[in-house]
Amino acid sequence: MTAVDDPRRLAYIAGQASDARVNLEIETEGMTLNIGPQHPATHGTLRIVVKLDGERVMRAEPIMGYMHRGYEKLAEVRTYPQVTSLVNRIDWLGSFANEVPFILAAEQIMGVEAPPRAQWIRTLLFELSRIANVVLFLGDMGVQLGAVTPVFFAFRDREFVLNQIEAVTGGRFHPNFDRIGGLKDDIPKGWTEETKGVLGRIRTFCDEMEDLVTGNEIFQARTRGIGVIPADVGLAYGLSGANIRASGVDWDLRRDGGIGLVHDKLDWKVWTHPDGDSFARYWVRLQEVREACNMVEQLLDGIPSGPIMAKVPRIIKVPPGEAYVETENPLGVMGYYVVSKGDLVPYRVKIRSASFNNISITPWLLEGTYVPDVVSILASLYFILGDIDR
Amino acid sequence: MSGVLTLAVELAWWQQTGIRAVLGLVAVLLPAGTLVYLFLFKMMSFMQSRLGPMEAGPYGSLQLLAEVGKFLQKEDIIPEKADRIVFKAAPFVVLISTFLLVIVIPAGPDAWFIDVDTGIFLALAVSSISVIGILMAGWASSSKYSLLGALRAAGQLVAYELPLVLAVIGVVIQAGTLNVQGIVMAQATGEIFGWGGIGNPFILTQFLGFAIFLIAVQAELTQPPFDMPVAESELVTGYLTEYSGLRFLLFFIGEFATAAIFAALASTLFLGGWYVPGIDPTSDLFNVIGPVILLSKVILVSFLIFWFRFTYPRFREDQLQQLAWKVLIPLSLANIVVTGVLKVVF
Repeated sequence: MTAVDDPRRLAYIAGQASDARVNLEIETEGMTLNIGPQHPATHGTLRIVVKLDGERVMRAEPIMGYMHRGYEKLAEVRTYPQVTSLVNRIDWLGSFANEVPFILAAEQIMGVEAPPRAQWIRTLLFELSRIANVVLFLGDMGVQLGAVTPVFFAFRDREFVLNQIEAVTGGRFHPNFDRIGGLKDDIPKGWTEETKGVLGRIRTFCDEMEDLVTGNEIFQARTRGIGVIPADVGLAYGLSGANIRASGVDWDLRRDGGIGLVHDKLDWKVWTHPDGDSFARYWVRLQEVREACNMVEQLLDGIPSGPIMAKVPRIIKVPPGEAYVETENPLGVMGYYVVSKGDLVPYRVKIRSASFNNISITPWLLEGTYVPDVVSILASLYFILGDIDR
Repeated sequence: MSGVLTLAVELAWWQQTGIRAVLGLVAVLLPAGTLVYLFLFKMMSFMQSRLGPMEAGPYGSLQLLAEVGKFLQKEDIIPEKADRIVFKAAPFVVLISTFLLVIVIPAGPDAWFIDVDTGIFLALAVSSISVIGILMAGWASSSKYSLLGALRAAGQLVAYELPLVLAVIGVVIQAGTLNVQGIVMAQATGEIFGWGGIGNPFILTQFLGFAIFLIAVQAELTQPPFDMPVAESELVTGYLTEYSGLRFLLFFIGEFATAAIFAALASTLFLGGWYVPGIDPTSDLFNVIGPVILLSKVILVSFLIFWFRFTYPRFREDQLQQLAWKVLIPLSLANIVVTGVLKVVF
């Protein structure tokens, strides 16, 4: 280093120094990072614009609509039985569960009730699709945190559940099986026994996940105390499903809402967790899969005999009226508001899907977290893009 | 010891150099390929209840060639705003550190590339060159993901360099030399309380050092649970995001070759290197079977490395820094103190 002896240069340096801020904290320029629409962490086309200061998130804004398919509008030009094939594709991992609330709403307007056997099988498939859906979450959470192995176990064991669903409905992902007044078909012979075997595999899978994921110290360090949602904030943002139960709110529509499904005839428990962090959300879902296995077992044992279809006309015309029915779907509360003007097609269908509301908390939740936690929080909120954009 | 070629026939300089270059390539590429096939393709698949590659050759053993062929055919895409020269140079800088690492590891009493008295010191020093390559890649890609990944990598590699070096010091104290060949010899001729049946592999006395070394290696390789720099679920692939084709392949080779070489270092320092008990360590036989023994020890050690890789989720950046500074470095310092005291006592 050489000494500065040019007086003009000295004056310049002095001027600079007097301009310098007294505040010694270094001011840095923020960076805007687009997470998505094409990004491995959003498993679909969600875009989250995050404003970063270093690795800290200053602001996060989810931008949705990249996969909007207009099902609400399309439903207005489909007859009632045709709508189920559309709504299958909303939450594509637990697709049968999407049909149920719509059919229940249509039945409510028509004043039809499905016979008991149909209700039991409906509940059975409803819970099976919950298992198929949430099992994948249990593995996927590992991937988002960097452990690749659990998701392969999840895909392996989900396949057995999908096989059972396929054996009844004929479709792995898009069953299109629920009908106004009952179901399309009865369950095939020998299916009950096979399904019980599958439940054993799912229970083993849950134990594996407990060992491999929840018991892992790194997983706990990454999820405990991260992304805490207090119960009142969660309720204010309209969270539902396991996300709100993980915040300690004991609210489950299978127990508290219950029309048309037979959950009230079963012996089961609503799981909650007081913490409200990412770990709690994972833990609650893990328990719910186990609980769903118990439910399916009871349902298999208790299916009453009888017809699976009520008396409904061959061409379904729904009388004028409106109904709103919501059920506790794998991702949370899903509701259909159906308005009929006495036509072959619904006049208006409004879909309340769980992920749309669940994702709305992200700006509040992600503020002040670090980039790695963005991924773990988003994964633990568990949204499905089809369920956000419809 | 005159290096790799102690032959009866005196070879010309260019012949020796040519053979050395070829052997160097083999020493880097062969273990790397072995690890990719054995662990990345097959073991990972079996752990995840899949079969892995099965079509190319018996049990997919030629899949590696297919992969290399695929990468060579791909277009070499350079982002428009990239710093072209730095972007192109980065993978080679990473590879240079890999090739410099391999030269100090002996594969037999006479089978090694250069004889430096400060061999292990050289190895640990050149292993840090790869940080520069990674920073170059991250900066030159002009992508935000790459930049974040490169900065994470730099912080992590600098932090884990320390426990890596400190873990080795215990071995150096015990062997009384920095020369890698000397360390192997010290293990081969060592005695456990006067019994020299299996020599004295340092893993017995330096088990803590071995554990710390493996953890630090895991972090140096940016593998799970320390793969924050390339965290695919948040940073796409970190500093590799913009690379494709041949340049990606170079990074890929660098990663796995470095894994193999660090495993070789670990087996040299802690498991006796090319030596197996029962044969006189100075016999010429080791020049032939030494490489094979070393490779099998490499496979053993890297089995551990890859086992962790496929099982654990990843640490957050601040958590892994805490692990380095608050756990590993104090532990390795304590290890050095204990080793030093015991060295004086015995």
